[in-house]
Amino acid sequence: MTSAWRMVVGAFGLVALAIGFLSVVFLTAPAAPGPDLARSKNSAKGLYALSIAPEAGEPRQGDLHAWVVTVKTRQGAPVEGAEIAIGGGMPEHAHGLPTSPEATAYLGDGRYRIEGMKFSMTGWWQLKFGITAPAGADEATFNLVL
Amino acid sequence: MVRGLLTKLIAAATITAALAGCSDADFSDAEKRTIVSMSLAALAPLPPDPTNRFADDPGAAALGATLFFDTGMSRDGNVACGTCHKIDRQFQDDLPRGIGVAETNRRTMPLAGVARDPFFFWDGRRDSLWSQALVPLENVLEHAGTRTAYAHYLKRRFGERYERIFQPLPELSMLPASAGPFGTPAEKAAWAGMSDAERKGVDRIFSDIGKAIAAFERSLVHGKTRLDRFADALAQGRSPSAEDDLSAEERHGLKLFIGKANCSTCHTGPRFTDNHFHNTGVPPVAGLPADRGRIAVVDEVLADPFNCAGKFRDGGEEACGELRFVQKSSPELVRAYKTPSLRNVAGRPPYMHAGQFATLEQVVSHYATAPKSVEGESEIHAVALSDGERAALVAFLKTLSE
Ligand SMILES: [Cu+2]
Repeated sequence: MTSAWRMVVGAFGLVALAIGFLSVVFLTAPAAPGPDLARSKNSAKGLYALSIAPEAGEPRQGDLHAWVVTVKTRQGAPVEGAEIAIGGGMPEHAHGLPTSPEATAYLGDGRYRIEGMKFSMTGWWQLKFGITAPAGADEATFNLVL
Repeated sequence: MVRGLLTKLIAAATITAALAGCSDADFSDAEKRTIVSMSLAALAPLPPDPTNRFADDPGAAALGATLFFDTGMSRDGNVACGTCHKIDRQFQDDLPRGIGVAETNRRTMPLAGVARDPFFFWDGRRDSLWSQALVPLENVLEHAGTRTAYAHYLKRRFGERYERIFQPLPELSMLPASAGPFGTPAEKAAWAGMSDAERKGVDRIFSDIGKAIAAFERSLVHGKTRLDRFADALAQGRSPSAEDDLSAEERHGLKLFIGKANCSTCHTGPRFTDNHFHNTGVPPVAGLPADRGRIAVVDEVLADPFNCAGKFRDGGEEACGELRFVQKSSPELVRAYKTPSLRNVAGRPPYMHAGQFATLEQVVSHYATAPKSVEGESEIHAVALSDGERAALVAFLKTLSE
């Protein structure tokens, strides 16, 4: 066998190994980092600290369900009597929420019940809460992946 | 020796490539989970309907079945629910638009699994199975009857059965033979001339007719398909039996359905529907009245006296979340129509809300090319699908037949 032949075979072997290696890396690598899934955050202008939680377990696709939003000042005082507007949708599908959720009750300690939430598809959803209270109007956006 | 090494390297490269999922015949773990979620085995039990306390009453269901197939339940004595919802044809009629007393503007929908819908009709203009059943009875193109005529008929033909299930019937003899809010001008005037108590008594009987028919319709369910048996085998980690295994083309179609073609975004879960309404750019039918889909009927469902907020609902108002929080004004509702289930779809052309497409090939082609909507924005984006890929999608859809 000539040395040129050996080099061809060697090069082929290296390419094959490289393909193999890359395939394994591709298969086992985590998916691209998703959106920020934090359920507590400060509002955009920093007026409020919000946290959100489903009222009864993680929501399932298609089920009408409720969330509890807790609104506090940055100093940690509960915000009472806030007006809460709820919006959102699926950024990758360019559509909004399938329902019109509303804040239906004040539960005390800065907590508000949000009823009428529904996620009709799996995937990345955004929930936007507009807060209007004596400290001013501000909003916060949360990401959820179903 | 060198040749041996070469062979080994090629073999190693081939195995690695196969592991990386280069073959269409293999499904990733995520794809397998999606496929398993589409099986009938993943369908939750039918939830109760607290707004209809007769929903699971066998006597009511039996009366409902009788009424469903009774052509006496129409103005001319020729139209029953079963006229368009044919029992041996998936409870649909194979026509572009259903024909009752005259041709309607919409494709007749099949009924298996219908009790699971939050809203009814292609545009969702009713919010319960029992209030849905009332609409065709008074529609001038369908049964074309009137409320008092139905009350008289029910008392005459089925009075004893009705009273055994529901409640004693009021005296009806002094009421007009044919009066209702949607009849001829004379019938509307006669309806307006009745007392509130008389109208309410008739409305009660009318709503009970809907509740009986709904009780019957709750029994209509989907049967297992090849895809269900294939998915169940996947779920249990065993190979499907020879007759349940999907061909290479069907697997390819399935992979496209839950992948590149984006079908399962809306046609999701065991019923292949997200129970929502979408503008997908389906063209209008020339000659039919203007049809704006969901946006045109939001006010109607909110104002319907038989809706969940009305006085004919049984049970508490906590069952009315879908109506209470309905999306009322989004531009997305313009020409939005319900995502239909795809179970048994190959057996019921033509397709779409007014029978616009004669074949599944045409449907797939529509979604691949994603034409603009005549009004509002289509949610669909074009997907480049080869002839082979389109054929594979159609082949897959045929595995959804019982
Ligand atoms: Cu979406």
